[in-house]
Amino acid sequence: MSKVHVSTTVNGEAVEFLADTRDSLLDSLRDSLGLTGTKEGCGTGDCGACSVRVDGTLVCSCLMLGVEAQGKEIETIEGMASGDTLHPLQQKFIEHAALQCGFCTPGILVASKALLEKNPDPTEEEVRYWLAGNLCRCTGYDKIIRAVMDAAEEMRGAA
Amino acid sequence: MAKDTNTSDFRYIGSRPARPDGLDKVTGRARYGADIAAANMLHAAVLRSPHAHARIVKIDTSKVEALKGVKAIVTRADFPTGLTGEDWDLQENTMAGERALYDGHAVAAIAATSPHIARDAVKLIEVEYEILPHVIDVDDAMADGAPVIREGAANKTVPEGMHPNVVKYIEFGHGDVEDGFAKADLVMERHYKTEATHQGYIEPHACMAQLGADGKGEMWVCTQGHWYIRRMCAAVLGLDTAQLRVTASEIGGGFGGKTTIFMEPLALALSRKSGGRPVKLVMSRSEVLRATGPTASASMDVKIGMTKDGMLTAGVANFRMQGGAFPGSPVDMALYCAFAPYQVPALQHIGYDVLANRPKCAAYRAPGSPMGAFAVESLIDEMATELGLDPMQVRMKNGSKSGDQSSYGPKFGVIGLEETLAATQAHPNLSFPLGPNQGRGIAAGYWFNHGGETSVSVALSEDGTVQVSVGTPDIGGSRASMALMAAETLGIPYENVRVNIAETGSLGVNEPTHGSRATFASGKAMHGALTQAINEMCRRAAGKWKIDPEAVEWKDGAAVPAGPNAGQFPPMTIQEIARKMKNTGGPISGHHESVPDGVGDSFGAHVVDVEVDPETGHTKILRYLVVQDAGRAIHPSYVEGQYQGGAVQGIGWALNEEYVYDDMGRLQNPIFLDYRVPVASDLPMIDTVIVEVPNPGHPFGVRGVGETGITPPLPAIANAVAAATGVRIRHLPITPTKLLAAIKAK
Repeated sequence: MSKVHVSTTVNGEAVEFLADTRDSLLDSLRDSLGLTGTKEGCGTGDCGACSVRVDGTLVCSCLMLGVEAQGKEIETIEGMASGDTLHPLQQKFIEHAALQCGFCTPGILVASKALLEKNPDPTEEEVRYWLAGNLCRCTGYDKIIRAVMDAAEEMRGAA
Repeated sequence: MAKDTNTSDFRYIGSRPARPDGLDKVTGRARYGADIAAANMLHAAVLRSPHAHARIVKIDTSKVEALKGVKAIVTRADFPTGLTGEDWDLQENTMAGERALYDGHAVAAIAATSPHIARDAVKLIEVEYEILPHVIDVDDAMADGAPVIREGAANKTVPEGMHPNVVKYIEFGHGDVEDGFAKADLVMERHYKTEATHQGYIEPHACMAQLGADGKGEMWVCTQGHWYIRRMCAAVLGLDTAQLRVTASEIGGGFGGKTTIFMEPLALALSRKSGGRPVKLVMSRSEVLRATGPTASASMDVKIGMTKDGMLTAGVANFRMQGGAFPGSPVDMALYCAFAPYQVPALQHIGYDVLANRPKCAAYRAPGSPMGAFAVESLIDEMATELGLDPMQVRMKNGSKSGDQSSYGPKFGVIGLEETLAATQAHPNLSFPLGPNQGRGIAAGYWFNHGGETSVSVALSEDGTVQVSVGTPDIGGSRASMALMAAETLGIPYENVRVNIAETGSLGVNEPTHGSRATFASGKAMHGALTQAINEMCRRAAGKWKIDPEAVEWKDGAAVPAGPNAGQFPPMTIQEIARKMKNTGGPISGHHESVPDGVGDSFGAHVVDVEVDPETGHTKILRYLVVQDAGRAIHPSYVEGQYQGGAVQGIGWALNEEYVYDDMGRLQNPIFLDYRVPVASDLPMIDTVIVEVPNPGHPFGVRGVGETGITPPLPAIANAVAAATGVRIRHLPITPTKLLAAIKAK
């Protein structure tokens, strides 16, 4: 089966790749573009480890096709820090020990960033419900929630 | 190490610096099992049995061979024969032989030039099965007339006349239980069941392997223990162990489930068959749930005698566990742990390890202990309620203390159950007022902790920074704890230590990161290695100063004369020694290997408040408290993280998680939508109290903290639900359906 040529923007950079029509966006990111920061935990949209943003919308990249990226703006964990400067969420995750194995971390960071852009001052309950689609099996979520709340507070202070 | 070396006057230990691998893990740079590729790499896929139990009559791969892009096909015929014992079990579980033994059992594997082709090819394999009767439930599997899963699998412990599915029998105890029951004011006997649950790590198993016709190979794999992977793969494939070099990737969770092999030998076999091309094999989530280690399911009867003032007089535990189609359910551990928190004058323990048509169980965080605790702690709670006693006081009255004989035989060393229960009793969560439909449950839990084969090296770099090479993969921040202990020992900044997880070619055999052992065992061995390096650094300084090496000691990152009689010399820093080491005798390093003794037993207590919706049967966790003796918390944030994570896995086990089979023996919930692990919105914050009763067997007092936390939640939640509703659920999970039916039947 011949592949489809896809032109898209990932983390602000114009990129091109060839996609098998059955490749998920996650497959394309990981295998065609070498952006392995986005993880596959389930392939059925239940765990959120593959969370990315497409034109600003938070999606499970395992549920989109690679060919659907044509002409879109994709944002992944690799684009979250600005050079050496970490995003406040990344910084707070390290400070709060909000990761143990770290496998769910990229997806949770991408999802949390989307939350804070929508709602800069979320309650604990709002953070918990927003992240209910991102499974973490190590932490029990406690330190993740604290890190997101703390990052939100810091970002509000900086704004 | 003597207890007097324990001191709380630490510079680094107990602080909370950023973990050394933090930056990699928040930027997506850290490389996990599936995050690697190699030139000329092939992709593998596995065909799995859709039947719970079936004879494999014929495997026809002719259609596959015609498919362009297929480079290798492997069936059991490609594996060596004649294996015995656990090696045979591992081989049989890797790839079915004459029979498929569970839904999901591997039957064939393919390597192709793309993942799509590999998956397409798998569908073209034609397997003729003769479906056989199957059995799923542990009690059914022991009953007369149950299908025999494997004749002759039982070991010699099994009494004559038992069903062939009973493969191991265990019995131990002390005292006269009948006499004990006669002295009790209340004797109760109850039946309990727990269902199989999965470790549920978010990273599916993944590896990339290469194996040539010369028997030399390499593997990159997400695992808790790459030496175990190496030994097991070599055994299953008939390789020389040292010819296989295994590198552990970053690991996306394991909880015991990544201490053994599942599909790793398939990648090696496919590589060898495709002329030595690298083969990448990544499991799907449903493969993980169908074919990798869940824990055992349990059926348990417990009888306890108690006096009216709450003293335990006797106990009998009869546990039956199925661990899948192979021996190895943790029924022994469950029995050892069940009564360990208590001093009971007379105890009898009986256990049966039983085969069923389910995947081969793997270790899951304190294997066995949660089930045993569920039964014993539920019954103690029920009896305390019946006698009008405070369940906390009953636990304090009967609690094991340092030097006591344990319920399973050995004498405890220094233990911290008393301190843990006292800290629990003092916590404000215990006096929080409860509303309607709310209830509070408490429970204690125990885990042995573990030493295990350990080999660690340290080496001084030319600028005075230090590298530490350990063999225990960092699954939850152990690089940080290693670096803190190294910094403390050497008196150098935390940032000046680099901790590497070495591949199998760099160190002697290391057991996995399991048994809560990494910070204890690798930490203790690292201390030995650092002591050796310090002695050498002191010797170099002595050489320069022309004094006896015995007259030099190590202080704050420098060699110094040991007292005024040694002479007057300014401290020689580690940087100075490092810069000159080339000319003072060459590289400075240290190495230590052992099976460390001095393992420190671990106890914890949990308190949970729940609210049950009487209309739906849904249980909401309102508050949750974990109190546990860490011995010493090297990096308290990651100790708290272990407590919180263990508690939440236990909450999932108690309320949501279970393997659900249909009447054909097929797993009905092999995706995360239906195998429902706790999500953020299910939970409150998890409060923690770290108790520190230092373990005299570790230079800094470490016990190990990973496992105990999963044990108390099962009974604590059942106890809280009983307090909230007056209904006692003795079969986990406490699903809304089950609880609502019980409330209505009340």
